[in-house]
Amino acid sequence: MMVLIVIIPFSGALICLLMPKRMRGYAGLAAAAATCLTVFLLAFIPGGEDTFHHALGGWGRPLGIELQADGLSIIFLLLTSVTAFLISIYAGPYFDSPREQKTADYHFWTLWLLLWGGLNALYVSSDIFNMYVLLELISLAAVALTTLKEEAEALIAALRYLMAAMLGSLVFLLGVAFLYAEYGVLDLGGLGVQVQTTLPTITAFGLMVFGMLIKTALFPLHFWLPAAHGNAPAPVSAILSALVIKSSYFMLLRIWFEIFPSITTYAAAQLLGAMGAFAILWGSFQAVRQERLKLLVAHSTVSQIGYLFLLFPLTIAQITGEQGASWNMQAWTGGICQTVSHAAAKAALFLAVGNIIHALGTDRLISLRDIKGRLPLSVFTIGIAGVNLMGLPPSGGFVAKWMLLNAVISSGQWWWIPIIVLGSLLTAGYVFLMLGHVFAPSRKAVVLQSVPPALEISAFALALCAIFIGFTTSGIIDLLQMGFHTMPMPEAITWRLP
Amino acid sequence: MMSWEHMLPLVTLASSLVTGIVIFFLPERNSALRSTLNMLGASIKVIVVAVMIRGFLVDDAAYELRFTLALGFDFLLRIDSLSLAFLFLSATLWFLTTIYAIGYLEGSPNRSRFFGFFSLCVTASTGIALAGNLITFFIFYEFLTLVTYPLVVHRGTKKAIRAGRVYLWYNISGGAVLFTAVVSLSALAGSFDFTAGGVLAEMAASGSRSIHQLIFFLLIAGLGVKTALVPLHGWLPVAMVAPAPVSALLHAVAVVKAGAFGIVRVIYYVYGKEYSASLDVLFPLALAAAVTILYGSLQALNQNDLKKRLAYSTVSQISYIVLGAALASPLAIVGGLVHLIHQGFMKITLFFCAGNVAETLELHKVSELDGVGRRMPLTMGTFALAAFGMAGIPPIAGFISKWYLALGGLEDGQLWVIGVLVASTLLNAAYFLPIIYRAWFRELPVDRRPVPLRGKLETRWTLLLPTTVTALFSLGAGLWAGWQWSPLGVCQQIVRGMGLMP
Amino acid sequence: MTELDSFLLYALTAVILFALGLSSLLSRRHLLRKIMGLNIMSAGAFLLFISVAHRNGKVFADPVPQAMVITGIVVSISATGFALALARRIRKKTGLTSLDYREEPSPENHNRP
Repeated sequence: MMVLIVIIPFSGALICLLMPKRMRGYAGLAAAAATCLTVFLLAFIPGGEDTFHHALGGWGRPLGIELQADGLSIIFLLLTSVTAFLISIYAGPYFDSPREQKTADYHFWTLWLLLWGGLNALYVSSDIFNMYVLLELISLAAVALTTLKEEAEALIAALRYLMAAMLGSLVFLLGVAFLYAEYGVLDLGGLGVQVQTTLPTITAFGLMVFGMLIKTALFPLHFWLPAAHGNAPAPVSAILSALVIKSSYFMLLRIWFEIFPSITTYAAAQLLGAMGAFAILWGSFQAVRQERLKLLVAHSTVSQIGYLFLLFPLTIAQITGEQGASWNMQAWTGGICQTVSHAAAKAALFLAVGNIIHALGTDRLISLRDIKGRLPLSVFTIGIAGVNLMGLPPSGGFVAKWMLLNAVISSGQWWWIPIIVLGSLLTAGYVFLMLGHVFAPSRKAVVLQSVPPALEISAFALALCAIFIGFTTSGIIDLLQMGFHTMPMPEAITWRLP
Repeated sequence: MMSWEHMLPLVTLASSLVTGIVIFFLPERNSALRSTLNMLGASIKVIVVAVMIRGFLVDDAAYELRFTLALGFDFLLRIDSLSLAFLFLSATLWFLTTIYAIGYLEGSPNRSRFFGFFSLCVTASTGIALAGNLITFFIFYEFLTLVTYPLVVHRGTKKAIRAGRVYLWYNISGGAVLFTAVVSLSALAGSFDFTAGGVLAEMAASGSRSIHQLIFFLLIAGLGVKTALVPLHGWLPVAMVAPAPVSALLHAVAVVKAGAFGIVRVIYYVYGKEYSASLDVLFPLALAAAVTILYGSLQALNQNDLKKRLAYSTVSQISYIVLGAALASPLAIVGGLVHLIHQGFMKITLFFCAGNVAETLELHKVSELDGVGRRMPLTMGTFALAAFGMAGIPPIAGFISKWYLALGGLEDGQLWVIGVLVASTLLNAAYFLPIIYRAWFRELPVDRRPVPLRGKLETRWTLLLPTTVTALFSLGAGLWAGWQWSPLGVCQQIVRGMGLMP
Repeated sequence: MTELDSFLLYALTAVILFALGLSSLLSRRHLLRKIMGLNIMSAGAFLLFISVAHRNGKVFADPVPQAMVITGIVVSISATGFALALARRIRKKTGLTSLDYREEPSPENHNRP
């Protein structure tokens, strides 16, 4: 059953490759729906012992590839499915409309389904080499998607992205080599038990984390992101910002909490948190200065990613086993809530912005004034997504920030408070920069290209998802408590086995 | 679980929330449908609020709706005596302002957008009234910021956009500070509901005194933006570029009262009066309120623009409520709370009048108001009534609130309060009376002699009716202040409910 | 030489190769040199894997790292091919052979969604 979540998108990709151009959209959408459905079945239909565990070809560890899903996997799988499905609904009409015919959409569906399949497989992998391969697959597919618009800016951004991604992967691979050299096993469970503080291990830790930081575009390693996300077609930007970034973040969570919990230190956690803080401030500062809509949203991604990294200093108690780490669950819930709501909100934002650009024909921020009351659904979507990013009620972002702030105060790490507060203010700065233009008087009467309703509705649906996340925190908590079967139980929190 | 008692708070919220959302989707031309929906929603809200008031006061019914939002915090809607006062104000004034707005905005663009956000704004202030704990309060408080922004920038002019930006900066910063304070409180004290007499005293561990003081300061700073406490008041005069119904609603009901309401909640239902007094935070707050009262009145003298003058008057008057909350005597808090209601009606009357004059005669400045009383007698008559009330002339409602505040100061031994009140009364007279004098005792300029009007009314009835109603209410609240169910009587009951004997 | 010493020699070489490739990637501006730098980095990583395969002194070599290296080579080749194609396309479009930003984007760029 679990294998299906990988096989369906891959076969869908193959089918799309072979189909005539006209049919590709339908085939792609069908495959997308099937994948989403399969993930939901996997997550919500109770199965037997082996639902969440599968050895490919019947070959077990350490030579075979095993797939293993735990609570965190399910969360990321669900997040990916819903977002990806809605983006797929968007992509069909988007690439069919006359204005977009110029872009080489021929292979969008193939690449996208490959990417999605890679994401799904990554979330259920249980050994680090498999994860390396899937990361490469994801990166290559993502870069290829970025090149769909055949302009020079997009191509240069794509090549830079490719190099950055490969750099990250290679550094990670070197870390894998060190780990294998030291311990001889590749699977997460086996490594988690055996890892000790030796020089090669620490080097491996540093390398692997560094590699993932490049891919997640944490300040100051974010140089490749704004151009790449800002110059891609709208659905691709949504895919990149919402989903691809989360995959390397997922890897980071795995590395930090499954493989190396015994050697992470307070200082390392604070360092990640500090880089996150810089990202929050720098990203929003840059966003406010942008004149092009998509670059603004791309810089916003750089900023929002910083919030994700606050998870590390706040959960360090889980690892060092401090007593009374009651804020642990708050921090985890807040971090995951932030991840999920950011994915939905950022995808919604990119799609809605794509609608507006499609209608207006230009990317400039000022031209938002020419909307003049039309496209209300897309403007509203931008509003809701913005509210989510700012962390204002009612939204998932608000719940996330609440929990994070609560964890910050409970754990006594009060120095993150001004960062979170300033981050919200700066985020409000660029969100209302966009919205202010909508209310401002228009400069000239502009004829709008019509936007297919599916585009507006899917963007709006994503924004609603972001709000809805705020109400599902108890579900998230339950999922988080499902641990890896084979993992030793960390001492500070008790995880129930499913 | 979902008995009808649980549903009523939700219905109150929904009456404006659903109305708002539906109105967004109405085409612009469909003004008849839109107005019907508006009035329907407003009527439903008034009726439901009346039912809840009666149920609470007479049958002692408990209306509560609670669900767990996330780890450690509940979303709670609940009626208690304090929420009644604010709810009553919100519901009736929304009803009246809707009538006014329909008339005022006739023929102007973007009305669907306006009324949509207008309804959402009322939803937010209803939610603030019904909030049963600090988290729910905060949620609706920030929601209020978000939905008032489109109303401020509604006209879309450069001035409006700039005003909107100022408005946002102040309110979002205040919101961020408030957020930090609320989360800190929930982290330190766990989750708790609003309880008369406060909860923090029990939870105060030794040594956390300074933290509680810090959090109090942060709470007041966050709430103080909306309450327009000096020096956080800068957004209020600037926001006057909004259309008159917005200024009326913002200044009488929604935004400023939400801030003051929040401060009362914090002092009496979170910290508790005695604990606050023991933390030594109340005297600085009273001082800040006094400074605001005097500063606002002084600035009002300088304003030639009528709405700006009224804005600074609001800055000054809202701090009466804060002053009442900060003084130790129960009489003072009675005065403050009843002023919440009285000031609402009087100030909205004044803004309605200002809007009438602006809309009908296109006059915005005080210096242009010569002889307007002859041209628009009903408008300027109600203006005079409300202005006298604000100045504190009996028997209009404003006198009652000032009287109780003064009594409270006297009982407390804080005689400087009386000095502030007297000074403020004189200043009020100084900036209101000239307007009345100009309107009634000066000659009309030549081009505006009263022309026989076709319809005999000086302006549209939709603009006159609400004005008259609110003015009469202000008069009635003063005349029948001794009645058990007058605003004064209700406030006395509220204060008794808090455990303090006036 | 003992097994461990030869392992250390290979490992050190691998790391040095990696570092050389990295420096080329970061400091060279020409696209081809960057891509070659990436290749050298991967060569270094693969060398490290292979040296692990032979270091434990058993009669046979550990097959797992060898499998990993084969996979890695495949990945590396595809990525390199892709990068080269991209570089060639960039050169055709802009005449550039580096990643320098174009300072003044031409007006028509703003009209592409």
